[in-house]
Amino acid sequence: MPQMNMIQALNSAMDIMLTRDPSVVVIGEDVGYFGGVFRTTDGLQRKHGEHRVIDAPIAEGGIIGAAIGMGVNGLRPIAEIQFADYIYPGFDQIASQLAKLRYRTGGDFFAPVTVRTPCGGGIRGGQTHSQSPEGLFTHVAGLKVVMPSTPYDAKGLLISAVEDDDPVIFFEPKRLYNGPFDGDHDKPAVPWSTHPGGEVPEDYYSLPIGRAEVVSAGDDLTILCYGTMVHVAQASAARLGVAADIIDIRTLLPLDVATLKQSVEKTGRCLVLHEATRFSGYGAELVATIVEECFYALEAPVRRVCGWDTPYPHAFEWEYFPGQKRVMVAIENLLEEE
Amino acid sequence: MEQITDATLLDIHRRMIRIRIFEETAGKLMEDGKIPGALHLYVGQEAIASAVMVHLSNKDWITSTHRGHGHLIAKGGEFDQMFAELYGKATGYCKGKGGSMHISNLDLGMLGANGIVGGGPPIAVGAGFSNKFRKTDNVSVSFFGDGASNEGSFHEAANMAGLYKLPVIFICENNGYGEYTAQKNHQAIVDVADRAAGYGMPGVIVDGMDAIAVFEAAGEAIKRARAGEGPTLLECKTYRYFDHVGVRGMGLSYRTDEEVEQWRKRDPIESLEKRLADQGILSPEAAQAVHDEVRTQVQDSVRFAEQSPMPDPSTLLEDVYAA
Repeated sequence: MPQMNMIQALNSAMDIMLTRDPSVVVIGEDVGYFGGVFRTTDGLQRKHGEHRVIDAPIAEGGIIGAAIGMGVNGLRPIAEIQFADYIYPGFDQIASQLAKLRYRTGGDFFAPVTVRTPCGGGIRGGQTHSQSPEGLFTHVAGLKVVMPSTPYDAKGLLISAVEDDDPVIFFEPKRLYNGPFDGDHDKPAVPWSTHPGGEVPEDYYSLPIGRAEVVSAGDDLTILCYGTMVHVAQASAARLGVAADIIDIRTLLPLDVATLKQSVEKTGRCLVLHEATRFSGYGAELVATIVEECFYALEAPVRRVCGWDTPYPHAFEWEYFPGQKRVMVAIENLLEEE
Repeated sequence: MEQITDATLLDIHRRMIRIRIFEETAGKLMEDGKIPGALHLYVGQEAIASAVMVHLSNKDWITSTHRGHGHLIAKGGEFDQMFAELYGKATGYCKGKGGSMHISNLDLGMLGANGIVGGGPPIAVGAGFSNKFRKTDNVSVSFFGDGASNEGSFHEAANMAGLYKLPVIFICENNGYGEYTAQKNHQAIVDVADRAAGYGMPGVIVDGMDAIAVFEAAGEAIKRARAGEGPTLLECKTYRYFDHVGVRGMGLSYRTDEEVEQWRKRDPIESLEKRLADQGILSPEAAQAVHDEVRTQVQDSVRFAEQSPMPDPSTLLEDVYAA
């Protein structure tokens, strides 16, 4: 089985879709000639042509709006927003146009647009290159929201996103691009070749949108997480020797409620993790879902470990990032609660 | 320049009458509380939509504005489905889910009225990109106002259309007001067409009250676009008789009644009818017959809308995602 990092896996997914489907195009800042600031689109313009892999001006609303027009008119665009922090100028086009197009036309129109965007912290990017804005998008009816945690999932889910007739906001945790970062920033970087999720088939495959994955099984508690926090959760549980059901949400919208419910009914304890700020974060939706679905199975309150409710701090990156230390404390407390 | 035929003149005239009577009727129904919500009416601007749209086929796509009824009517919209949509009925163009500000129809290439000022231009750019990509000679036309020309979305879209040399026509209907703010209080320029220079495309100014002038200028821009020569910004100087929203046009503080009266003297329908009569193309009696015929159609369609069923409540949750 070939080994790929997440960048190569995403590149492979786009290469395959550009080859299989002549209506697929890629548009974004620096994606063409240069190959993307993270190299995610490297070589695609050379192979597929300037009319398929298109360099756009630095104009996020224009990029997403153009992708909508393309999508309505017979193409299947993949729009790259270079950092998730840059998506706000395009938010109007996403929230007011893209998400609502099908509904407001009574099903007459749709735009099969995928918006790819690198998110999250751990790269010392400061407040405008580290954000995790996924909760803003899960709050918009009409969108699907995906965030993979491994190269294998990234490729399979991106292919599904491109094939999906609904708009998909595809978040790529950029600290995971080159390796399975578990929150321990003092440790030497680990490459994906050491992780089973780095085994990625060369050929086409897809993974279903709307399905969470139980990445490790245990009876002590359930940990709900996605993106970078999946690796933090695994490392934290292993260090404590705790048997946790660790569930990688993978597709935040639609949410795989059945998998969550099955786990929490078994364990009775649930911890929710994300990098994004805590208040009104996506975790609040997860907590509400667990309380509504599993109330009588719960043995303790559902707890959250999240980013602090501050802008992403430059100096205090590792105090902000919900690393192993905070997660372990939360696990221990949760297991002791009566 | 394309010589306008008598048949085209009559076609434009009829489209203008259809818009005028539809809008006046819809405004009255809104005031009477029969049509829910607020309407932004196109009365006064009819020459623009009508004279542009005669150049377009159903495969040429347009994006519209919050003042969008006129664009849809000129593009071939049927009164029945339009009134039904305004009423929020199941028989409307969008099954009642769009309403006035979001009315659209795929078959006619009408991508939608748009409640977001400046929402349309980037979408028209994408549709135009697709037309070029698929090597069709179809164009996309984006209608917007002087107010929207201050939105970043317009500038981003114009830059991209110029950069990629796309078959897109930007039609600014400059009616002198961004909602309730006069143009001189919302931008430092008099001619929005000046902005074309920044995006490598021609900027053309035309009298938006003169249907024949609009026909000729739009024809040139559309011909250029179809020939692969890129986009044009066409600014049509016009006026909305009614208020930004609703019907009342006079007695308001943000503009004078004298100004409204001055513009009404240049009414696009009256001036076209005078020319048609002078040239022996359409007598005043024949013109009146068009008004009467359209008025009857409008009344029939209002009846159709009022008698149509409400959407079934179960459809509330439909069409959010692909089935």
